[in-house]
Amino acid sequence: MEIFLHQLFAGVTSGAIYASFAVALVMVWRSTHHLNFAQGEMAMFSTYVALALIEAGLGYWSAFCLTILLSFVASMVLERMIVAPISKAHPLAAVIVFVALLSIFHSLASWLFTPVLREFPSPFPNGSLDGFPYLSWHATGVVALIVLELMAVWLFFRSTRLGLAMRAVAQNPDSSRLVGISAGRMLALGWGLAAALGAVAGMMIAPIIYLDPNMMAGVLLYGFAAALLGGIDNPWGAAAGGLIVGLLDALVGAWLIGPELKLSFALALIVGVLLVRPAGLFSRPTQTRV
Amino acid sequence: MVGRPIMTLLLEVEQLCAGYGDISILQNINLSIGSGQVIALLGANGAGKTTTLRALSGMLKVSGRIRLQGADIAGLPPERIAGLGVAHVPEGRGTFSHLTVDENLRLGAWLRRDRAGIEADRERMFGHFPRLKERLSQQAGTLSGGEQQMLAIARALMLKPRLLLLDEPSFGLAPRLVDQLFDALHMIRQQEQVSMLVVEQNAHAALSLADTAYLLEHGSIIASGPATDLRNDERVQRAYLGE
Amino acid sequence: MRTGKPLNLLKPVAAGAALLAALLLPWLISDYRVFQFTQVWILAIAMLGLNLLTGWCGQVSLGHGAFFAVGAYCSALLMHHLGVPDWLTLPACALVSYAAGWLFGLPAARLEGLYLALASFALAVALPQLLKHPLLAPLTGGTQGIALDAATPPAGWPFSVEHWLYALSLGSLLVAMLITHQLVKGQPGRAMRALRDHAVAASTLGIDAAALKARVFGLSAMYAGVAGGLSAATVRYVGPDSFDVFLSISLLVGIVIGGLASIPGSVLGALFVQFVPHTAEQVSREAAWAIYGLFLLIALWAMPGGIAGLGRGRARQR
Repeated sequence: MEIFLHQLFAGVTSGAIYASFAVALVMVWRSTHHLNFAQGEMAMFSTYVALALIEAGLGYWSAFCLTILLSFVASMVLERMIVAPISKAHPLAAVIVFVALLSIFHSLASWLFTPVLREFPSPFPNGSLDGFPYLSWHATGVVALIVLELMAVWLFFRSTRLGLAMRAVAQNPDSSRLVGISAGRMLALGWGLAAALGAVAGMMIAPIIYLDPNMMAGVLLYGFAAALLGGIDNPWGAAAGGLIVGLLDALVGAWLIGPELKLSFALALIVGVLLVRPAGLFSRPTQTRV
Repeated sequence: MVGRPIMTLLLEVEQLCAGYGDISILQNINLSIGSGQVIALLGANGAGKTTTLRALSGMLKVSGRIRLQGADIAGLPPERIAGLGVAHVPEGRGTFSHLTVDENLRLGAWLRRDRAGIEADRERMFGHFPRLKERLSQQAGTLSGGEQQMLAIARALMLKPRLLLLDEPSFGLAPRLVDQLFDALHMIRQQEQVSMLVVEQNAHAALSLADTAYLLEHGSIIASGPATDLRNDERVQRAYLGE
Repeated sequence: MRTGKPLNLLKPVAAGAALLAALLLPWLISDYRVFQFTQVWILAIAMLGLNLLTGWCGQVSLGHGAFFAVGAYCSALLMHHLGVPDWLTLPACALVSYAAGWLFGLPAARLEGLYLALASFALAVALPQLLKHPLLAPLTGGTQGIALDAATPPAGWPFSVEHWLYALSLGSLLVAMLITHQLVKGQPGRAMRALRDHAVAASTLGIDAAALKARVFGLSAMYAGVAGGLSAATVRYVGPDSFDVFLSISLLVGIVIGGLASIPGSVLGALFVQFVPHTAEQVSREAAWAIYGLFLLIALWAMPGGIAGLGRGRARQR
């Protein structure tokens, strides 16, 4: 029972992280119809930047905010200057761009920050909640922060002018341009937001699994699994999917398969969802236009 | 109060050519729209009517000249042209079907900053199309065809455009609804001080609204003149009035 | 369309000259360089296979390193446990990797382009961890991998060991090129191109898309598997970390830069992948991949025609 509770809360924590990352992936998908394979490496790179800022003397939260800002801006520039022009040729050309970006970020991180395993600080106090030995302060903090973050994202899309414009572009780019919205700027904004979400995910998971260039591989795969499970065009689904996937990972991982098969389990989830229910649990059906 | 068309030219199109990729559709189109005028663009399927509107709103690469109150807008992207006061209701209406009626209208006014003006315009839209006010929080895609058309026009008018481009507003609507719609367009013409370019296969309805009409065939204009004249034109009658 | 005789002669003459150069090379350069060029031929075979799937058939796979690994481990096991000579393991590698590719291709055939890329990507990322699993360790050697004894050329081979491996690889490459040429020229090639350019229409032409995709998958996996087998024989070591996602990525990089749907392009790509990182590694080991990726972006930017193989005349739906 103890182990179960322990695993349950661990699952909720990682589930929250997967959820926020999945929402980032869905955001990019909805606006651009691309799956950004490089999202993980970008988030990893952001986390290294955060560490560098902290080591340079910045307080944790200052580094946190600055990293988010830098990731946001850099990602928008990346989308405008590199992704958009090349992807115009063909959607599958985008795949190759992402693969190139993946390599570049992974390698840059190794080169600039050396590939040694690093500790990453947590802003939350050490130890567990009083009376709740299975729930660490870090876990609670992570879940709370991510819930707040996702709510902020939701509010942004529901209630702001820009959020409405982004939703419009995601649905109908042509009509959006006819009302005066610059579709290109909205796409860049989508990328920026996704990078910001990714950076937070990276900074939240690094204290748990330690920082190295391969850190985000698992989050990326589980993020994709979660996004697919929830329906690739559905941010709510992605969040729910993240939680489900996190719980599965923790519970199944503890009893059935062990940590050595974490990535393979993610692979199985992805292939499974794609084969059994490619539209996900909560998405809208789409047709093939001839 | 309908006055005589004013002499100032709102839109001048000269030698306009446009197409898709290697296929050229429009050949040397010339037309003009005076301030406050309604122009009908008639033609059969495939004549190039939709292409003309898309060329004017910046959705296509064009060659030739398009001048909006003297300023050359050919080659500008759609966002800029919308910003200059050209509202295009595209073929198929182009409503944001997963967004609510309210959100569709808000998007129509996206470029505007004047809160009070936007609110006033919304109320006037509800005056033209009361049905929309009833369905404010409904998803646009669940509206009937006629209601979606009204929404599309209302959205375009929220831009407070100088020129309204309408692509086959009667498409898919029952005759009674078409009448209702064009009555609304008559009212809008009087109250909103907007010029219109209406593309239609339904020549009868379009000609009853328009001052001047052009007839398009295979990408070229083969006839033009006052609407009353064109109603009696043999070519128009033959092809489109159901003879 | 090609016009006139002079242009027609250029291709065979160039090919002949290249072949001659390749045959003479081992006598002209150091043993280490021979080893490097052997790697080039090996990579070219794998890239040819990937090109079949991606260049000619339009299905992007980010996971072909996995089939390369299948072939490598198959060969290593046969050599290590059963003492089978290197060249004899190749048919087994071909068979096993074809089966693996076909098995993966069957369900994968139902996936649309982007989702196939995702599934194969997940495969590539998950593979090294899977190979290290304790349950598979007796077979794979776990994290340590399998180290093989030094190669011995067959009795009667008059030249050095490196030369033997070079010749074996080059010979396999030539066979692979021939097979590809025949496939692409003929009916299978037309079917693949139909699938690539007009996926929805292809089915109305009587092409069973799913079956074709599975078969092409199997074939392309077979090429990668044979390449893997040769690699095991040449490098004399197989280990999980040799087959990470970056192997799959370098195969894709090679065919994009070398030229999609192009036989000589696969060789060019292999040359690029083998030698450019080496030069980049002079700057820094870690930076090599960053420079790689940069080259890839520049290539995409400057040669959209390289991607034309994927996009030619295609009105692809989302």
